[in-house]
Amino acid sequence: MAKSNKPIVWGLFAAGGTVTAFLTPVLLLLTLLPAFGVMPGLLSYDNLRGFAGHWFGRLLVFGILFLMLWHAAHRLRVTLHDFGVRADGLVAVAVYLAAAAGTVATGYFLLRI
Amino acid sequence: MSERIVELEVLRFNPETDSEPRFQRYSVPCMNEWVVLDALNHVKESIDPTLSYRWSCHMAVCGSCGMMINGEPKLACKAFLREYEGVIRVEPLAHFPIQRDLVTVIDDFVTKLKRVKPYLIPKEDQPVEAGEFWQSPAELKRYKQYTLCINCMLCYAACPEYGLVPKFIGPAAITLAHRYNEDSRDSGREERQQEIASNEGVWECSFVGACSEVCPEHVDPAGALQQVKIKSTVDWYQEHLLPGSKK
Repeated sequence: MAKSNKPIVWGLFAAGGTVTAFLTPVLLLLTLLPAFGVMPGLLSYDNLRGFAGHWFGRLLVFGILFLMLWHAAHRLRVTLHDFGVRADGLVAVAVYLAAAAGTVATGYFLLRI
Repeated sequence: MSERIVELEVLRFNPETDSEPRFQRYSVPCMNEWVVLDALNHVKESIDPTLSYRWSCHMAVCGSCGMMINGEPKLACKAFLREYEGVIRVEPLAHFPIQRDLVTVIDDFVTKLKRVKPYLIPKEDQPVEAGEFWQSPAELKRYKQYTLCINCMLCYAACPEYGLVPKFIGPAAITLAHRYNEDSRDSGREERQQEIASNEGVWECSFVGACSEVCPEHVDPAGALQQVKIKSTVDWYQEHLLPGSKK
């Protein structure tokens, strides 16, 4: 029997899952703090913009968002399968296209900073 | 030792005479410390000798008496009556065809088990005079937990993916393949990967985790399958990105 090619997407899924589990709560906190008017100096707009404009910051943000997007896409695909949606090919194309579009958009906006 | 009357609702089905399964109610005088298997044995001996079910050891070793008890896959010899109230519904293991009453047809599992070659495949055969294959406690620890599988098939009855996709090789067989892959005396991994790294192998698993919840021997098949996924992913990248680095 032929070996599967699923490791491509599963590898991203697993790596993304790890990143998401550790970083999503942090990102939520960092986003919510300014929303409630708390703005520590370190997290000021200029500082964060400077961070995202630096090549290393860009790489970091891109890597995190890229993995999170592909994790979410694969999770959605498997969840839909578990919910009884049997059009796996169609679902796979749709969710991975969305992740790819998100990846391209992430790169585009990061480079514009 | 106190006694209580337990109401059992047991699935009955004889494919030769019945068009579909039905439930039969038995009122069974039981001792408080009995398990469901004791109640079934009492039915068989004193109430209805036509009831069919598998059992052998009565001590959670042989793996024969797996059945659905109140909808949950359990070993009947490990399901204590004192943990149930009211009518106890007993059905054959889910996802398997019924041979008769609580007896299921297990050919599918046995075929899959053979496919994954769950036995040592040494690099080269050695004569007995060559002595033992040495193994350190650390090497033993890598796979020991997976040797505890008793092939009771509760994990197949619990696995929703196996219910949806019957060709899925399933938790126990993949875990046993992993058990031999992790054994320092074994060299058969590549042969087993042909089966378990396929689409109908480990990649059909969506990590629901029900297999590990119902496993009576705490083998943790779900954990084993995730390890197989990680190793198969590393394989994939090695085979596709580093050709020539064949293990």
